[in-house]
Amino acid sequence: MTEHIDHYLADYLRMDRFPHIWCAGCGLGIILKSYVQALYELDYDLDKIVTVSGIGCAGRASGYVNTDAFHTTHGRALPFATGISTSNTDLKPVVISGDGDLFAIGGNHLIHAARRNINMLVICSNNFNYGMTGAQYGPTTPLDMRTPTSPYGNIENPFNLVSLVSSAGATMVSRWTVYHVHQLKNSIKRGLLKNGFSFIEVLSPCTTGYGRLNKMSPIDMMRDLKETCKIRKVHPTEATIEPGEEVIIGDFVDVEKPTYSDVLNQVSRRSIE
Amino acid sequence: MPNKVKIIKALCKGCGYCIEFCPKNVFEQSDTLNEKGVAIPEIIRGDECISCGLCVMLCPDFAITMEETDNE
Amino acid sequence: MSKSLLTGKHFVHGDWACAEGAIAAGCGYFAAYPITPATEISERIASRFPQLDRRFIQFEDEIGAIASVLGASFSGMKAMTATSGPGISLMLENIGLAVMTEAPCVIVNVMRGGPSTGQPTMGAQSDVMQCRWGAHGDVEIIALAPQSVQECFDLTVHAFNLAETYRTPVFLLSDANIGHMYEKLEISTREEIEIVNRKRPKASPRDYEPYLTDETLVPPMACFGDGYRFYSTGLTHNEKGYPDMSVETQDKLIRRLCDKIRKNTDKITMTQETMTDDCDVLVVAYGVTARSAASAVQMARSERIKAGLLRLISLWPFPEKKVSEVANDVKGVVVAEMNYGQLVREVERSVKPIPVEFIPKLGENPPSPDEILAKIRRLAQ
Repeated sequence: MTEHIDHYLADYLRMDRFPHIWCAGCGLGIILKSYVQALYELDYDLDKIVTVSGIGCAGRASGYVNTDAFHTTHGRALPFATGISTSNTDLKPVVISGDGDLFAIGGNHLIHAARRNINMLVICSNNFNYGMTGAQYGPTTPLDMRTPTSPYGNIENPFNLVSLVSSAGATMVSRWTVYHVHQLKNSIKRGLLKNGFSFIEVLSPCTTGYGRLNKMSPIDMMRDLKETCKIRKVHPTEATIEPGEEVIIGDFVDVEKPTYSDVLNQVSRRSIE
Repeated sequence: MPNKVKIIKALCKGCGYCIEFCPKNVFEQSDTLNEKGVAIPEIIRGDECISCGLCVMLCPDFAITMEETDNE
Repeated sequence: MSKSLLTGKHFVHGDWACAEGAIAAGCGYFAAYPITPATEISERIASRFPQLDRRFIQFEDEIGAIASVLGASFSGMKAMTATSGPGISLMLENIGLAVMTEAPCVIVNVMRGGPSTGQPTMGAQSDVMQCRWGAHGDVEIIALAPQSVQECFDLTVHAFNLAETYRTPVFLLSDANIGHMYEKLEISTREEIEIVNRKRPKASPRDYEPYLTDETLVPPMACFGDGYRFYSTGLTHNEKGYPDMSVETQDKLIRRLCDKIRKNTDKITMTQETMTDDCDVLVVAYGVTARSAASAVQMARSERIKAGLLRLISLWPFPEKKVSEVANDVKGVVVAEMNYGQLVREVERSVKPIPVEFIPKLGENPPSPDEILAKIRRLAQ
């Protein structure tokens, strides 16, 4: 632990736990930064936020914010957050987790939380691998990439996360990157203020795992995000993602629908008629 | 004239993003090591800084802060 | 206006009684996935909770259900789920999380024949070891076994009280027989039902450490939104709740989490004794099996055999001291269970060197009083 650090975001962070554990150049630090910057600029009541995370490098994010926070089991951040959201509608769960935690082991919970339109903001750090356990392939790893469990190249077709989540019923869907920090922060602000299931995919470099194994330096990966990502206003199913070639990013969906809690309230009223 | 940006040395992990992406090349790699043995950047063109805030937001380690100026 | 407490007499099944017990205890959040023979608990809750503006969610699977129960618990709700053996298997990882983060919650297991899909509509008592040892790592849990519809109600209320007192998951081990049989249930008035709530922090948010305890070993519980901004993790953690992988922290944490239950075994233990003061042969049984055992003991006494029954109502933490005391000086102990040997091992350990005769009963029905009587007679010789 470092001694007391004078930082304008100190009230939003558990600075007694800094420097954080993420590797040099890891996008998760930028995601964390964007998140607390959004809270700061909104002057958001920190007692109304619960930061929830799953397992993995992204899962460590909940331990660094100065809000009520919980680090759940692998893949189960979303149902945990559902328990919060439906129990106390004053609380806004913010889930920060990785592509594997949310879409592999947690995939089933993801589609149902989106389908139910549970009020929460989900920030998905997509670094194209399972970083914490040593860069194994996951549901977003591009075809042919080498990882320790795909030593001859990945044979599985990856998901298009924004397309999947939008099809499941999410009412706000965006894709940004850790290079596009201002847009990312603005989307986070919108998601924080929105009542509904909001999802932001954030492309992020895994510098010591995926990057190193595929011979990409941290700066190469960031430059890649800057140069290959094109901001477009399209339907999520058209927001194609070909890492290294062309990735469509932007705010794709922002609609209003009753949240699950709204509907539960309606059921309560109906049941006593 | 004081720099518009400041580096918190103890937090820097030496990723180099600030050096690479600053539009005005305010930062450069130095040989100075922090307490963890990381070679940190130094501010060499502080007077060219346009306070765009990209370094503050891009630094994964919260190691760069920006001074408030009257223009903001 | 719907009433949360249905004071009065009812003729209902065990699952219905469980649901109403939860409502009486103040349960505000229930999440589950349908599974025979527990589904009726969900169905009763689905009908009653909206009337009381409480929260019922039928989840996509049992894992989601228990994870959401933890989220609700930390949000200040008394929270419950209900399932059967296969569902408990799915939930075990999060049950471990509940133990590690000290989340009060009630988990009803209406046991059925196993392993695997087994006999979905038929009773068994073969998940007794599962609830105790199923989660990985060193965990202690509390488990209660009702033997009647009345106890399905009463012990569900009590399970919530224990969960709140010890900040732990508490199992209610019912079975398909009890869950689906109809019997009289008497629900008392509000004043007659004891309700316990979790201890809240007295410290200010600045000074609060979520896992700092006093001699009770139970930390006061802040909930989300209370202003404490605490952090909880399934990783080994220190009193601040921060991950800490040191040897000292693991040693300290595991001992406290286990001792929290172990050292309170006497307070948690619930048993019922019938004619044990002068018995030569002791029958130890729990749940639906204890009903047959009670008849067997009466029948033995009418044959001038001094038989007695020790019914275990709390199965875990195992009431070793109580069992050992009651079995002192008997010629032999009979244990009957609807499984192929689970709690009997704990009994054997507790009464050594007194001989134990075991009656395993597999396939739906509890052993008959005659089957138990036959063993009592053998030991009485």
